[in-house]
Amino acid sequence: MKARFLISRFDLQLDTTPRLQEYSVDVPKGSTVLECLNIIKWTQDGTLTFRMSCRSAICGSCAMRLNGHAKLACKTQLSDVLIDGAVTVEPLGNFKVIKDLVVDMEPFWASLKRVKPWLKPDESVEYERERLQSIEGYKKIEDASTCILCASCYSDCNVLSVDERFLGPATLAKAQRFVYDSRDCDAEERLEYLGGANGVWDCTHCAECSTRCPTDAKPLERITELKAASMAHRIHGNNGARHVLAFRESIPGKYPGTGGGMINENYIPLRSVGIFNISGLLDLIPVGLRMFMRGKQPPMMPHYIKKFPEIRKMFSRFKEYLK
Amino acid sequence: MEDASCCGAGVVQEDNPKLGDALNARTFSLAEEQGLDIVTICSTCQGVMRRAQIKCENDPDYRAELNEDLMEDTGRAYQGTVKVKHFYEMIVEDFGLDNLAGKVTRKLTGLNIAPYYGCYALRPHEFSDVKIPDRPTALEETIEAVGATVVTWPEMQKCCGFPILMANKHNSLHLAGNVVEGAKKQGAACIMTACPLCHLNLDSYQPEIEKTFAMDLNLPILHYPQMLALALGATPEELKLDTHIVQAGNLLENLSSS
Repeated sequence: MKARFLISRFDLQLDTTPRLQEYSVDVPKGSTVLECLNIIKWTQDGTLTFRMSCRSAICGSCAMRLNGHAKLACKTQLSDVLIDGAVTVEPLGNFKVIKDLVVDMEPFWASLKRVKPWLKPDESVEYERERLQSIEGYKKIEDASTCILCASCYSDCNVLSVDERFLGPATLAKAQRFVYDSRDCDAEERLEYLGGANGVWDCTHCAECSTRCPTDAKPLERITELKAASMAHRIHGNNGARHVLAFRESIPGKYPGTGGGMINENYIPLRSVGIFNISGLLDLIPVGLRMFMRGKQPPMMPHYIKKFPEIRKMFSRFKEYLK
Repeated sequence: MEDASCCGAGVVQEDNPKLGDALNARTFSLAEEQGLDIVTICSTCQGVMRRAQIKCENDPDYRAELNEDLMEDTGRAYQGTVKVKHFYEMIVEDFGLDNLAGKVTRKLTGLNIAPYYGCYALRPHEFSDVKIPDRPTALEETIEAVGATVVTWPEMQKCCGFPILMANKHNSLHLAGNVVEGAKKQGAACIMTACPLCHLNLDSYQPEIEKTFAMDLNLPILHYPQMLALALGATPEELKLDTHIVQAGNLLENLSSS
């Protein structure tokens, strides 16, 4: 079968912008994208540069963008990505390109280090042997443990595309693996850090990370678990956590006028910035005023659904459901 | 469904996932009681509800657990029969685009519309009902059915930033700005969105986006149903297009006669 490859070519030493170079390849049936790239490199163009190693989706080296989305070249059947007989191959996004499909991974490793990705034991105890994890305990960290650090999630993360300081999905998934490990003694301190600037609350849940993840690590799910752990540890001193509290209070109408089965859309932003946060509240005024002038503002009084008491009963199970 | 509650918007689910699922199971049970399926105009509601459904489908014990409490609290249970659809899916799959095109009284000829999918309708793929979630076609097909012109742009499946508006406003508005600017660069006269939360960020905050990032935008944002209604003959006044922050009332002036 003939297939066309539009491959991004770039050399940091020579080029200012990448260009797409077309290769036409006769590919054996059942080829992976990586096998095709090797055919090109070995038979057509030895200068084409990409990373690869294990060819079995375990080393994470060959992550690249196929038709604009991050994938492992070795785990992707060419037939699954061909559109009209062609596929576009580009380096991972959100990274500086060094050559062709090779990117500078340094910011990825640097981000990982920020969450201290190692187990911190209770130092007051003297352990006589290695500390085993129970099967139940392992289940809580099993998914995050499958991460192969391929950076597919980092590549397609929407927040990283506007803010390189964001810890990013792989790093946060790794943090979940330690926060949820019963042998680690630092959950509280870790959660304080993750709840701060560039942490879990900066994730916009675009779900690109979980969608592109080639393993079960699924960073968005892990980030959601970290947020739940933060809330359970009552780390509430930030807008993200207050926004969650706003929903917790609004849907069951905890205070008069805050909601009645449906949220009160006026209450949510006020509670999220903090009712005593003067500058935060002032910041809400322009948009509030704009919407008010146009008649776009939500109704002042919340909408009470008729069977509201049902919602209250369900919310009374809040603590029971967290167990 | 007068008694449906808030779906939790993914936020309750960050606090207490089981309670979030229970709220949605309750809504499903209400629809089932009436023998009806659920249609929502919001991608976020759809994404959150489909996720709750798929969790229940994949884990019958979990559904049974939720139902036990639901029975006690409401006297109803979620049978697992109700379908949840976005309004645009209903139009494309059930009503039919030929049918729609036949009812159009004001063809939107010459109007360049940028279809905006955002996130929840497509991702994570395992919770999406779109056949090839990286290459959806429903919004484009609807635009063509009402006689308008499709404008594609790189950010059409990117996040609008709304979910982090409260946590990190700067990043939120930056994401929104990129979406609007990208569509404008491709010659769009407006963006059409399938999610009211995207609408809120792209429309209500547009003046602030322009100021913060020195972008020149002024691009109207239409809801999917508003676009349909315009093609079906409704007036901008009826649709309250004048309540948009970026004025959308004069979009019809762009129509070319054909």
